[in-house]
This record gives sequence, C-alpha cells and structure tokens, in this order.
Amino acid sequence: MSALAFSLREAPDQRLDLSPLIAQNLAGKTAAEIERIELQTTRIRVAVGDVFRVQEGDPDTIVIEGGAERFDRAGMGMASGSIRVEGEVGVEAGRLMSGGQLTVRGNAGPFAGSGMKSGTLNIEGDAGERLGGPLSGETVGMSGGVLHVRGDAGARAGDRLRRGFILIEGRAGAYAGSRMIAGTLAIGGEAGDLPGYLMGRGSILLGRGATLFSPSFGDCGEHDLVAARLLANYIARTSAKLATLFRRPLRRLAGDLAALGKGEILLPHP
Amino acid sequence: MPELTANGIAIDDTFAEAFDMRATAIVITAPTERWATQAATTMTGFATSVIACGCEAATESVLSPQQTPDGQPGVRVLMFAVSTAELQRQLQNRVGQCVLTSPGSACYAGLDSGDDKLKLGDAIRFFGDGWQIAKRLGARRYWRVPVMDGEFVCESTTYLTKKAVGGGNLIIMGKTGEKTLAATEAAVEAMGKVADVITPFPGGIARSGSKVGSKYKGASASTNDLYCPTLKGAVDSALSPEIASVLEIVIDGLTSEAVANAMRAGLAAIIELGPARGALRVGAGNYGGKLGRHHYHLKDLLP
Repeated sequence: MSALAFSLREAPDQRLDLSPLIAQNLAGKTAAEIERIELQTTRIRVAVGDVFRVQEGDPDTIVIEGGAERFDRAGMGMASGSIRVEGEVGVEAGRLMSGGQLTVRGNAGPFAGSGMKSGTLNIEGDAGERLGGPLSGETVGMSGGVLHVRGDAGARAGDRLRRGFILIEGRAGAYAGSRMIAGTLAIGGEAGDLPGYLMGRGSILLGRGATLFSPSFGDCGEHDLVAARLLANYIARTSAKLATLFRRPLRRLAGDLAALGKGEILLPHP
Repeated sequence: MPELTANGIAIDDTFAEAFDMRATAIVITAPTERWATQAATTMTGFATSVIACGCEAATESVLSPQQTPDGQPGVRVLMFAVSTAELQRQLQNRVGQCVLTSPGSACYAGLDSGDDKLKLGDAIRFFGDGWQIAKRLGARRYWRVPVMDGEFVCESTTYLTKKAVGGGNLIIMGKTGEKTLAATEAAVEAMGKVADVITPFPGGIARSGSKVGSKYKGASASTNDLYCPTLKGAVDSALSPEIASVLEIVIDGLTSEAVANAMRAGLAAIIELGPARGALRVGAGNYGGKLGRHHYHLKDLLP
C-alpha cells in the first residue's frame, strides 16, 4: 500500500495545528473524512482539504509534501508508523511522541521533540530553542527515544532531559543541557555559553567544546572510558559523523556542582 | 554390557543421564585478551561441581573485539546452578569479587533472551557508594562504577534459562594414564568448539568420578569404586583387566541439544584418535535413568 500523502496547495494564512495527522487518528478514515479534519488555530476554520490535496494510502506511512514554518505540532503524540515532512515545520514537532519515526526535511521551530517518550525524531535542518524541552509548568523534558538534528540547535537544547538521546551534529546555543535530569546530549559543533547549567545527572558530549564553561564543573582529567565506546557505538547507529568525535580519550568535567553534581561533560582533547 | 565398536574402540551400549539446571551467561571484556581471560579464570575457579561449589562455571568461548559490545577482546562465561536463587548468589559474588576487581574489566549479559532475568550490574552498583552512573542505550542499561583504574562498566541484568542441562558425560577408559589422557584431551578440545556448552572440571576433565552417597555420614558423594582401576580385583568392577586409567568429562549446556552436540563431538574425536594412541573403551554415567530426565545414548551419538 502506498503512503498517505498530503500535498501542500498553498502556504497557509494562519498557524496550523497538524497534530491530528498521525496514524492513530487517521486509521480507517477515507480521504474525504480526512479532508474535513480541522487544523485552524484561530477563529477562521481551516480544514485539511483547504491546505492539502490528500492521496489515500497507508496511515502508518504519512508523507507531507511541502512544509511551512506555520505547521505546528507535526507528529505530536504519534505512537507508531512514520511521518515524513518534505520541508520545514513550526513549533512542537514530535512533541510527546511515544513511538514511530518523524522526519523533518527542513528546519524545525522551538520545542521540537518536547517531552517525547520514545521513537525517533530526525530534523535534517536546524532546530529552534528548547529542543526536547518541557513547556512552561512541566517539570520533565524528553524522557526517551532519539532526537537527531543534522544542523544547529537553539538555546537550552535538552532542557530538563530525563532519558534518551539528543544528537546535534552542528552547533548548539547557550545553556545546552540545562537542568538535565539524566540522559545523553551530544553536540558535534561548538556549544554556546554554560552547557550543563544546573544539570543533576546525565552526560553531555561536546565535540568542539563550548564558548564558555561554568566554573561549577570539576575537571576530572582525561580518560579512555569503556562507557564512551558504548555511547559512540550507540550514537553511530544514527550519526557516524558524531560518533567519530567521541572514539578517543575524553576529558571529563563533573557537575553541575552547583546542583546535584552527578552529571558530566565529556569532550575530546582539543 | 553389550558393546559396539568404532575404529577399534569399544563403545558401551549405555547412556549419560543428565539433569535440568538453571543457567546464565555473561561476557567479560578487558583491554587485552589476557586480562579478559584472567577475570574469567578467576571467576570460574572453584566452580567444578554444584556438589560443593554452589555452581558449575567455565569459559565457553573467546570473543574477538568485533563480537563484544565495547570492541575490546572478551570471553563468554556460562554458569549453571540448581536454583535461580543460588545462581543469582553465585553470579553476584563471583562477578563482585573476581570481575569487578580485575584490571580494565567490563561485564555484559551473555544471553539476549531467557526465562527470567538475573541482577548483574544491579547487584554490583552499590560498590560505587553513590557515584555510580546508570546509562540506558536502547533496550540495554549499564552501570558505570568508579574504580581506581577508571570505571567498571557492567550491564544491569542478564538472562537466565531454565532449559539448561547439567551432567552430560563421557567416561573414557584406556590402557595407560598417558593414552587415556590423550583421548580425553582430544575430546575436550573438540567439545570446546561446540557452542553453548562448558566442561567445568579442571581442563575439562574429572579424574575422580563419583557415585551418589557414601559409607560415611555427611558425605553426599564418594569415589566411583566400580571404575577405579586399583580396585578391579576387590569390587564388582566395571573395568576389564586391560583398563588401567579412567577419566570423565562432564558437560553442561544451555540446551539439551548443545549437550548432545558436545558428546557427539567428543566421541568423534576419541574414535578418530583410535585405540593405539588413545582410549580402548568409552562409557557414560547414569543412575538407571531414574533421576535425570535427559538420557544421551552413546550409540545414537556415534559419528
């Protein structure tokens, strides 16, 4: 069976909530029924059929042909199957997803992968701020799965990360891994100021260091860690380029000693 | 006893009687094969028989860096016991005292599935005194315990199987001690190439085969006098006059099929060596078929 495809007719006039377009919502629906699903975020009604041409297919394989910065919550809450967006997306892509694979072939806005629990989110462009992080009032960010960004990420990537892997091949903004609870955040390029700010546990791997380190991390010296090999092997399943950076002795900074202090920043010798 | 003959070697028309056991497997790695082997050797010392050791354990195979989770040289160790609780106790004590302590070691599950789980790193992590770090990679979870040469990495759990079999055996009889040992060594070497089995006695060989019970109170097992060549004239010996030395190989396997494969490989090696350089006769130990539900008839295992 071919993929269930949504072809963009024209750029939307308002921000749209694409969260209904996931397998568990679309299973058993005809193309006509799908076209009637409402996506608006204002008082002006916008249905799927107004924005997309729908080609009936397997809802476990969804393709959204043509992205837009106004497409919010793409793949939000998805539990299985795959969604591929051929273009960029807005805020909260893949938020709270608990399975399956979401691929964004463009940039993603803030809060991509926010609170995701499982599955894989691939962003082939850049990601906005608070990648995987919690929304206001939430205490925990991403708690499982793999979040992979080929480009750069904004500030506070991995904020309150609880479990899982965030892999950023490019650079990251300030406060990467802030308030991390556990999990692993790997950044291939240079990170901004104060990575690991107030982190309790977890690992931050910095391929090319950071613009400024917090003085509340203690230098534990350089080590050839077995755990780093396991991490690199696991990262290599998603990004061989990123994994290569950590297949060597790594300097270990323990911290944040201003918080619980059981976390670490690992970085290769410059 | 009716006998078959293969390449001039008498094969008793009998069977090995073996028992259900609980078993697990772990993989030990280290920066060099020498130190991976050392950790495994230390861990499996004093693990020849459940009669007094609590478990039976040995190295099953040596693993190349490509076969281990961390890319270091490694070995796979199998461990057998009569109950899940005893297996857990032995695993915890032996990994804690012999693998954790060995330079550069790391320890992983050696079974990917099974009937239940055993604590591995979950039991050792407390050595970290609060500095241990858990790291989940996909479906697997590892503990990193700070130690004086760096970190001891240990997978949190391993699996156990309830389908394991202990007590497969061959009794090798020869004209001289030298020839009997040569045949037995050849059999152990051949069995070493079979997956999922171990031969837990020293070098894979037991020279003190036992019978159940003793004339002395408190001894659950005693010498198998019917197979002792120096008692040939004093007891209703199982040995013919030309037999001067008897050795036994005990085989434990993760499955009954693995035990049969090992016995088949051992028999083939003994028969190939022939009577001039090796054994005159091969038998097997059993208890009349009443105690163990696994029976391996030698005639069914001949090459």
